[in-house]
Amino acid sequence: MQELFQQLANGIAWGSIYALIALGYTMVYGILRLINFAHGDVYMVGAFAAYYFAIATGAGGATASLPGALLVLLGAMVACALLGVLIEFLAYRPVRRSSRLTALITAIGVSLFLENVGLRVFGADPKFFPQLIPPRRIHLAGGVVVTNHQVTVVVVSILLMVGLTLFIHRTKTGKAMRAVAFHRDAASLMGIPVNRIITITFAIGSALAAAAGVLVGLTNPKIEPLMGIMPGIKAFVAAVLGGIGSIPGAVIGGLVMGVSEYLVVGYLSSTYRDAIAFIILILVLLIRPAGLLGRNVAEKV
Amino acid sequence: MSPRRFSLARSLLATAGVLVLAWGIDRLAGQVLNPYLYRILVLCGLNVMLALSLNLVNGITGQFSIGHAGFMAVGAYASAAFTVYAVPRLFGVGPEAAGAVVMAPLFLALLVGGSASALAGFVVGLPSMRLRGDYLAIVTLGFGEIIRVAILNIDAVGGARGFAGVPHRTDLAWVLAGAAATFLVLRNLLRSYHGRAFLAIREDEIAAEALGVPTTRYKVTAFVIAAFFAGVAGALFAHYTYLHTNSFTFMKSIEVIVMVVLGGMGSLVGSILGATVLTALPEALRFASAERLIIYSVLLIVLMIARPQGILGKTEGGRR
Repeated sequence: MQELFQQLANGIAWGSIYALIALGYTMVYGILRLINFAHGDVYMVGAFAAYYFAIATGAGGATASLPGALLVLLGAMVACALLGVLIEFLAYRPVRRSSRLTALITAIGVSLFLENVGLRVFGADPKFFPQLIPPRRIHLAGGVVVTNHQVTVVVVSILLMVGLTLFIHRTKTGKAMRAVAFHRDAASLMGIPVNRIITITFAIGSALAAAAGVLVGLTNPKIEPLMGIMPGIKAFVAAVLGGIGSIPGAVIGGLVMGVSEYLVVGYLSSTYRDAIAFIILILVLLIRPAGLLGRNVAEKV
Repeated sequence: MSPRRFSLARSLLATAGVLVLAWGIDRLAGQVLNPYLYRILVLCGLNVMLALSLNLVNGITGQFSIGHAGFMAVGAYASAAFTVYAVPRLFGVGPEAAGAVVMAPLFLALLVGGSASALAGFVVGLPSMRLRGDYLAIVTLGFGEIIRVAILNIDAVGGARGFAGVPHRTDLAWVLAGAAATFLVLRNLLRSYHGRAFLAIREDEIAAEALGVPTTRYKVTAFVIAAFFAGVAGALFAHYTYLHTNSFTFMKSIEVIVMVVLGGMGSLVGSILGATVLTALPEALRFASAERLIIYSVLLIVLMIARPQGILGKTEGGRR
């Protein structure tokens, strides 16, 4: 029983990171119908941006402090928001009116570009993420042990997700985003500045990915330029699992993936870790073809 | 063009011609090219097979599969297991044998690989009854990863160590013959009644269904045929070089998609062109060793922006 709760705790912490990345996928998909393959690499850039910020500001190691950590988090988020906007402007905007596959290949190109520039600039060997917050173990009821890093991950993720939900449902810009996602051309006719909304979407999605990158740096301090590939794919799977385009769906999908991975590692074998996500996905899609919370839109003839 | 009546003599003649040509090119390439260039030609041929077969699903039938490496893996491992475990008993041909005596076992191994993969293609094609577009795509991706992880956990085929002891029997002649066979089969298929059905599904699935095309059956068929040829390509690969699941990650599937899209979705000649260009390009960029993949990715983005329909679009080049 203790083992089960322990794995659940680990899974929720890890799943929050998937959820944060999945939010970016699902937002971009909702608006552009584009699988933004480069999103996992934006997360990688977020981790590296935080790494360099932390070194520059001395926010790691002995001089670690909470304001310093927050500053690093904020810095990485702003850097990646700019990167996301730049990617959209330079690569995706020119192919927006082309077929969706063209856009997809462009996204793959951007992904390869970020990975290889990363290898060139950051170097291929892993770097050790500075400790922004001194590690501490917290004993919970029932003998479950979590680290304060895991708690931070969950708390920061929840705050960001609540913030995002409020933004989308309570602000004018959020309303415009929902309108563009619902029907881009109609939104444009209603006077919504579609281009600006898409830019904002990329900025927010990329900032969330950067936050995920920083949080991963906290818990798994080894970062390298190819670290975005697998979490990127799995976060996308999480978004599809929850119903792509749905924000609560992305969160649920991320948590389901994180928890199931840790349960497999704990009870079966870690070699099956990468397969379980896809097995769950296929089972869910066979029963609910549009994902857990997705709406199945019938094609009108 | 008017449909020509099937003629056995003509087909046999064409097959013989292709085989002689493949053999001739192989001999010539072995004489004039260094082993490095010879190897690139072999990889080129394998990629042509993969791109052509994927084009049937993605370009011609208008579905979207990103799990092609999974089919390749099934074919590779099924054929390798056949060669290592069954061939010595069936034919008395050990792994060290070479020359004409290995031709029949290798041919059979290719069929085993292709058939195993076709079966997998059937299983993967089934969800296409319920799923469309991106959801189907992600299921094929998931399938590819599940296959890879499953193979990684089978000890009889080496697991994470890689499958050692598979004799290297593939040469350029086999690969060229395989690529030619893939091309000819798909070309003839496209010109047939069935080919029109595939194209109809791509153009408008609902309209095709309304006109009486059994869309589900054709979609599954497209997956099965594509998987067969990908499996044969995998089998050729398994008998050519060191066999490890790392060769079949989803990056390989992506690579093949890029070849198909770059060449032009639905264009067979385009797939050949795309596969050749994208196999040769990273090699041609070797002079800029550290930056070559950066240049490659930038070229990819620029090409997609400049020519979103791919090099040949839907045409086969030449007349329209």
